[in-house]
Amino acid sequence: MRIFAIIKIAARALQRNKLRTVLTMLGIIMGVGAVIAMVSIGNGAKAMVERQIANLGQNVIQVLSGSMSRGGLNTGWGSAGTLTVDDANSIDREVEGVSTVSPEVRTGSQVAAGNQNWFTQIMGEGEGYLELRQWPLAEGAMFSEQDVRSANKVAVIGKTTARQLYGESSAIGQIIRVKAVPFIIVGELIPKGLGFGGNDQDDVLIIPYTSAMKRITGATTLRSINVQAENADAIASVQNQIIELLRQRHRTGQGRDDDFNVRTQQEIAEAVTASSRVMTMLLAAIASVSLLVGGIGIMNIMLVSVTERTREIGIRMAVGAKGRDILLQFLIEAVTLSAAGGLIGIGLGIGSSRLLASKMNWPTLTSPTWIVIAFGFSALVGIIFGFYPAHKASQLDPIDALRYE
Amino acid sequence: MEAVIQLEHVAKTYQTGDIAVHAVRDVSLQIKPGEFVAVMGASGSGKSTLMNIVGCLDRATSGRYLLDGVDVSRLSRNQLAEIRNQKIGFVFQGFNLLSRTSALENVELPMLYMRRMLKGSGQRERARKALASVGLADREGHHPNQLSGGQQQRVAIARALANSPSLLLADEPTGNLDTQTSIEIMGVFQKLNDEGITIVMVTHEIDIAYYTKRMIVMRDGRVVTDEAVARRSLADQELQKLQAEQRAVQLAT
Repeated sequence: MRIFAIIKIAARALQRNKLRTVLTMLGIIMGVGAVIAMVSIGNGAKAMVERQIANLGQNVIQVLSGSMSRGGLNTGWGSAGTLTVDDANSIDREVEGVSTVSPEVRTGSQVAAGNQNWFTQIMGEGEGYLELRQWPLAEGAMFSEQDVRSANKVAVIGKTTARQLYGESSAIGQIIRVKAVPFIIVGELIPKGLGFGGNDQDDVLIIPYTSAMKRITGATTLRSINVQAENADAIASVQNQIIELLRQRHRTGQGRDDDFNVRTQQEIAEAVTASSRVMTMLLAAIASVSLLVGGIGIMNIMLVSVTERTREIGIRMAVGAKGRDILLQFLIEAVTLSAAGGLIGIGLGIGSSRLLASKMNWPTLTSPTWIVIAFGFSALVGIIFGFYPAHKASQLDPIDALRYE
Repeated sequence: MEAVIQLEHVAKTYQTGDIAVHAVRDVSLQIKPGEFVAVMGASGSGKSTLMNIVGCLDRATSGRYLLDGVDVSRLSRNQLAEIRNQKIGFVFQGFNLLSRTSALENVELPMLYMRRMLKGSGQRERARKALASVGLADREGHHPNQLSGGQQQRVAIARALANSPSLLLADEPTGNLDTQTSIEIMGVFQKLNDEGITIVMVTHEIDIAYYTKRMIVMRDGRVVTDEAVARRSLADQELQKLQAEQRAVQLAT
């Protein structure tokens, strides 16, 4: 019997009972729809995180100052001030495979220009910072090594800060006052967008770390040191060397914890994606349960259908249908049911992820691989759960089947 | 001439619990090409069981059954299905058409299960021809529920003829039909028989059996009478008689 003829018979049988067909497909539709939607959302989130991590710069290692514990209260990395400028210099000198080192201090501060003022993040950095973060300037230039050495009052301004203080006019050459200290703006950054926590990375004023320490905060220690490895292969070795060097310099005894924290981009990425991976697995579990329930629904309806159509099976057998023909007919009916459900589910999943993308501004990315996988799975569900009823139909005795009322 | 059906000491025993039911006991008979045979008997006489065996729907417990010279008594399920498809056409009491399927498609049904499918429109043409041969050329698009009982039975006959079988088996073909339609259906059978098709028909109505050429009566699983029909009814004449009677009744009232 031609496969095409069987599919036609199956389609007609399914059309006869439209409501039942749709209800039976619902489980598969929802399962597949959920898979497609969740994968789209997961992929979108992952792509966004990857973009943000790439934003950090290439082959960047962050050395954060230790945390402080006061009265049982831990203050978090970067707060204890265990890193010094000398630490940064010795990393630059002694660690092999390092291309750029940028010491960093941070403080939030009110800044003013003319009659405008704004609260922004002041970042004290080395002259290599922009290169390390791969953050180009829109206008002007980065401050120089000389500026850093002399703790000059020069600054590079972020897009958001610039807009708040100067509106649409150019910030270059303008004076900005940070805690009453006037800085001259030498460069304006291109916008970088939102960071991990949704913070505005462009709401920033970058000045030499020396100027920040001497003229603004008066601090003597660093929040962190940004280190760029020469290439991706060197990252692990650089990380180990830094740990070794700093433990030595800080005279950390054997078996005692580091008073600093070294993080590579890879580790940051993993931390961020770990939560989304848990989410994906959870959703995958829900989807597979839904597919399972959908499959059982199909089996149930196919069993009912076989019983209802016992006489039809008898007639077909009497005119020469073999067990194999009957098996194939019902199996194809089940697969048509589940595959159609799968197709509708795919449409629904794509539709809902598009809707989320447009209405809620969620980044979604539909994956063709997953569409194929989801469709394959729904067809497979039809084969697995359709087999038993189809087998049962094929084993009917033609005489009993013909007599069935 | 070689027999279409040759039964040699065929017996069928059902085991229900501890009791063995002998539905058919030691039946031997021969049916030659072109015969038109009525199998009669009360219910429980074994005629249905015998028909199931002859129709290759069931297998004998013992004995030999040769259909067209081929021993089918030990064939597998699938082989029997093929024999049914190629050599036997069935006509049932309840018509057994697929509902919500057109007359033409019902007739095509046996062709779907042929080992070698017909190419292109061959299938459709053959189904049309079969429908035309039972006088239903203008009803091919109708579904069974749009057809009268007699028309449905004609579709069933056309379906039975679709694969040009050597044997037509009819199980109480007029059981659900009124007198006039019954005679019409017998007319179709007689015409087909005249064209050379062998027909075996189960019935318990003696006047229907008179349309055949040979009558076999069964009782308790055995053949008790097997004789030629002496005064054979001819459908055309009976129909005319019936219509004359009806006219007479109409005139009288």
